[in-house]
Amino acid sequence: MKSPFTNIHSTFLKETGGIALFTARFFKELFKPRQEFEEFLRQCFWVGYKSLPLVAITAFIMGLVLTIQSRPTLVEFGAQSLLPAMVSVSLVREISPVITALICAGKIGSGMGAELGSMRVTEQIDAMDVSGTNPFRYLVVTRVLATTLMLPILSNISNAVSLYGGFLGVNIRGQVSWSLFWTQVFNALSFGDVVPAIIKTFFFGFAIGVVGCYKGFNSTKGTEGVGQSANSAVVVASLLVFIIDLVAVQITDLLGLT
Amino acid sequence: MENAPVIVVKNLHKSFGENHVLRNFSVSLHSGENLAILGKSGSGKSVLIKCIIRLIESDQGDITVLNQNIDTLSNDELDNLRAKVGFLFQSNALYDSMTVRENLEFPLRRHWSDEQRRKGTETAILEALNDVGLAHTIDMMPSELSGGMRKRIALARTLILRPAIILYDEPTTGLDPITAREISHLIVNVQQKYNASSIIISHDMHCIGITSNRVVMLIDGMCYADNTYEALRQSEDDRIKEFFD
Ligand SMILES: Nc1ncnc2c1ncn2[C@@H]1O[C@H](COP(=O)(O)OP(=O)(O)O)[C@@H](O)[C@H]1O
Ligand SMILES: [Mg+2]
Repeated sequence: MKSPFTNIHSTFLKETGGIALFTARFFKELFKPRQEFEEFLRQCFWVGYKSLPLVAITAFIMGLVLTIQSRPTLVEFGAQSLLPAMVSVSLVREISPVITALICAGKIGSGMGAELGSMRVTEQIDAMDVSGTNPFRYLVVTRVLATTLMLPILSNISNAVSLYGGFLGVNIRGQVSWSLFWTQVFNALSFGDVVPAIIKTFFFGFAIGVVGCYKGFNSTKGTEGVGQSANSAVVVASLLVFIIDLVAVQITDLLGLT
Repeated sequence: MENAPVIVVKNLHKSFGENHVLRNFSVSLHSGENLAILGKSGSGKSVLIKCIIRLIESDQGDITVLNQNIDTLSNDELDNLRAKVGFLFQSNALYDSMTVRENLEFPLRRHWSDEQRRKGTETAILEALNDVGLAHTIDMMPSELSGGMRKRIALARTLILRPAIILYDEPTTGLDPITAREISHLIVNVQQKYNASSIIISHDMHCIGITSNRVVMLIDGMCYADNTYEALRQSEDDRIKEFFD
């Protein structure tokens, strides 16, 4: 009998190989003629529209809560005037990009897994193929480009909203004026805080799009498979977000940007 | 006199791993003919017609459609050939995020020029919808339609490019007997109007009786019988009789 570990290993390898091939195919199709620009715009709209409310609410609460919870520690060291600076660095560098990516992995990744999965099992993808529209270009390339482009935008909105939450959080116990707060925030943030954080969100978006589309596009086993695709899209995309985050922090570290 | 063949399948083999679905299957479809392919569920009927339009790559064998060997075609040539071959999917495959109108427009985006589309789209859509008797559903979503209506819309979408050949994958499966009969008669009407040749895959003997001139039986991946509907009905062979009970 095969040991369960052999199984896990082969699943892992198959999955990694599958995603790598799928990514290669994406780049191959990306540079072919007859791209679907209209569909791309529509996907951008949907990606933004579907996740913006949730991203904004979560960002606001994260900013507020982080500020409230950081205050006691800073007060202990008599450093509560550093509160805006500290909060803004944690939000912009790490919390808001990662939370935005996780929300999008949940909402967009699963949505794409389910949508393309049901298109696969009801033969809609085959129907596109026979009607002369390349389904990979029409469905996958547009969606992956849309998430890659929209995730940085969502993440920046999330930055702004969470910092606003931070401003309210600071003013619950203390008194910091609007302009003083923002002066402190911008003084605290350096190039090395902002730019790598923005760059990594492109990769988050790319990973979410690729995994969601990969799972949906290769869906099998009828309607039951559609649920599985949506589900594993979320799991794999979230995991990839953390892995990319880990790699990104190493790279910024190596480049001396910290 | 026999008409010229439009589809010739020779010694086709296709397996998925250990599952040998088609072994040495040969069949040909002649111009103006309505050929039924009969076989049990899982016998490889869908695999066969998907091989014919290269949605599935065959392992071995030659497939010639309208005098072109499909394995040698480039992507563009394949697209052009596919425009002449309509495919009615078993699950209809209507795009469920699009209205009926957008569904019917979809095949035109690749095969018609901008000029043609600006001038002719509306007429073409209405004509195809009138052929299936559903012009009033033009702005509805597929989810608002019944199973029989969805089948008709899918057929309209197949007809819009006026194909020379139509492949039907189980057109009546999953429909009630009355709707199934309506669809069978609709297939006959469409055949006459567009003068198309067709392959109808089915295990519904009523549908086959109404629509077909000739029946091929697919058993164990091979062609088990090839005859008219009447001749097969009189047959004493147990494996053929099964289908008529
Ligand atoms: N993409 C595929 N991968 C693996 N096996 C497949 C695939 N498509 C079909 N099969 C197998 O081929 C056989 C025939 O399937 P199909 O042609 O769909 O049957 P039917 O005659 O009911 O249309 C089945 O056993 C099915 O499991
Ligand atoms: Mg089938």
